[in-house]
Amino acid sequence: MADPMRMRITRKGDVADVKMLIFHPMETGYRKNTVTGEIVPKHFIKTLQAMHNGATVLEVEWSRSVSRNPFLHFRVNGAQAGDKITIAWQDNFEQTGGGEAVMK
Amino acid sequence: MQRNRIRLAALIGAVTGAILLPLRALAASWNEKAFDETRFPDALKSIGALDLVESEQIELKTPEIAENGAIVPIQVSSNIPATEKVFVFAEKNPQPLVATFTFRQGVQPFFATRIKMGESARVHVVVLAGGTHYTVSRDVKVTIGGCGE
Repeated sequence: MADPMRMRITRKGDVADVKMLIFHPMETGYRKNTVTGEIVPKHFIKTLQAMHNGATVLEVEWSRSVSRNPFLHFRVNGAQAGDKITIAWQDNFEQTGGGEAVMK
Repeated sequence: MQRNRIRLAALIGAVTGAILLPLRALAASWNEKAFDETRFPDALKSIGALDLVESEQIELKTPEIAENGAIVPIQVSSNIPATEKVFVFAEKNPQPLVATFTFRQGVQPFFATRIKMGESARVHVVVLAGGTHYTVSRDVKVTIGGCGE
């Protein structure tokens, strides 16, 4: 995927607001293909990790009930200009993705 | 031909190694039993929440009316000291457990995301802090269900 996710960080003092949009279908396995009538297999992100300068700060477990193209917002303490936030996820097809952004 | 095969094998080896390493690093835990439960009380049991303490120290923001059940914004902020985990449940979803957040050192016990809701239901948030499960819940009216999405 050319643009697997978007991440924006706004830092106020030593607190950073990290907001992201991950492009993923998050299929529940309940939806039918409108053309073929076949059930679209479940396909969703199960785990996501957020790292601040390489140290894991947040671990997320998701279900099929998280919306398509998941949005996630969290807050990091001890943030400084130049700090790096890294995101890594894994879905139920063992596909992985992620991204990185540096704070201003 | 032989040489090409060796080169190809080396290339495959290198690529597989490169893919497998981050995969292993990513093999974080996923509570399959809890996520597969179809009844809210069973899902609570599966996360080990046998006793729940109602708490006003948890801020849960959800819309009163969600027009589109496929995109229901939710924001949670815990003011309970030593908050380790936050669990989100949509009581009437086919599998009520929606998400689990584990907070490590250096992050605030806060998050916002968007969830799917099959029908109008109560959204429950459970906070694990110091071995105790705290909870808060709110009703969300859903105009168009979002579980087929």
